[in-house]
Amino acid sequence: MSAETVQTTDKKEHGMSDVGYVRIALILAAITALEVATYYVDFGPLFLPALLIMMAIKFVMVVSYFMHLKFDNKVFSFLFYAGLVLAISVYAAFLATFHFFIK
Amino acid sequence: MTDVAHGHVGGTGISNVKLGMWAFLGSECLLFGGLISTYMLYRGRVTGGPRPSQIFDIPFTSVSSFVLLMSSLTMVLAVSAAHKDDDRKTNLWLTVTALLGTTFVGGQVYEFTAFYKEGLGFSTSLFGSSFYTLTGFHGVHVTVGIIMLMSLVGILTRSSMPGKKAEVVEIVGLYWHFVDIVWIIIFTLVYLIPV
Repeated sequence: MSAETVQTTDKKEHGMSDVGYVRIALILAAITALEVATYYVDFGPLFLPALLIMMAIKFVMVVSYFMHLKFDNKVFSFLFYAGLVLAISVYAAFLATFHFFIK
Repeated sequence: MTDVAHGHVGGTGISNVKLGMWAFLGSECLLFGGLISTYMLYRGRVTGGPRPSQIFDIPFTSVSSFVLLMSSLTMVLAVSAAHKDDDRKTNLWLTVTALLGTTFVGGQVYEFTAFYKEGLGFSTSLFGSSFYTLTGFHGVHVTVGIIMLMSLVGILTRSSMPGKKAEVVEIVGLYWHFVDIVWIIIFTLVYLIPV
């Protein structure tokens, strides 16, 4: 009974099949191809936002599915995203001090 | 009970080792945040040396990025196999991951050599210094990851690992995926966005 429970918990924690992981990898590869395409094709004013959005999507997909944050305890998500948000805030302030965002 | 005996699970029911790794990765965000910000600030300061657009080889770096991305897939397949107690597949996927990582690092060494020959040394310009520091730090992280993967393969082959094998593979996997997500950011901000 105990062993069954552990097995069920493990399956719940790592809630994707190997085929699911391959699908995620294919989506990531397709997004990477699109990112590279922006270097050669003129996307006009959409270039920068599109690139940053694709980067964010890839980041979240790897963290959520490959690193299992989507299926794991929320404490792990808090620890990681707290560090990330702190880093983004601190370095956005740092760059602003050097007038990085003003052309 | 076994987990508690091995000191893996604390009073919260959360694995202490995993908690420690996530806290470490959170702190690594600050390290790479600093390096990326410094590069963004200095990438236009070329002072006579080559400009990024003159030396970056986007097709080559795209292939390197793809290789590292696929190593994340093989890593997660290793974790999946470890959870199924399939040691043979775990070892296979860990080895493939290490090989893909080695290919990536080899590509980086080739890239650094090519850039140096084209006139971009570490102290040529602020762009060169910040570029080599950022990508070099990332390369060192990948190299440490490869050493961890190969050590894990050695330990699993001898079946001398204490505690839950799957958890140890997962912890190394978290580190490996982290170096992948850092590269996702570096590839976009450093290589694809023109100065």
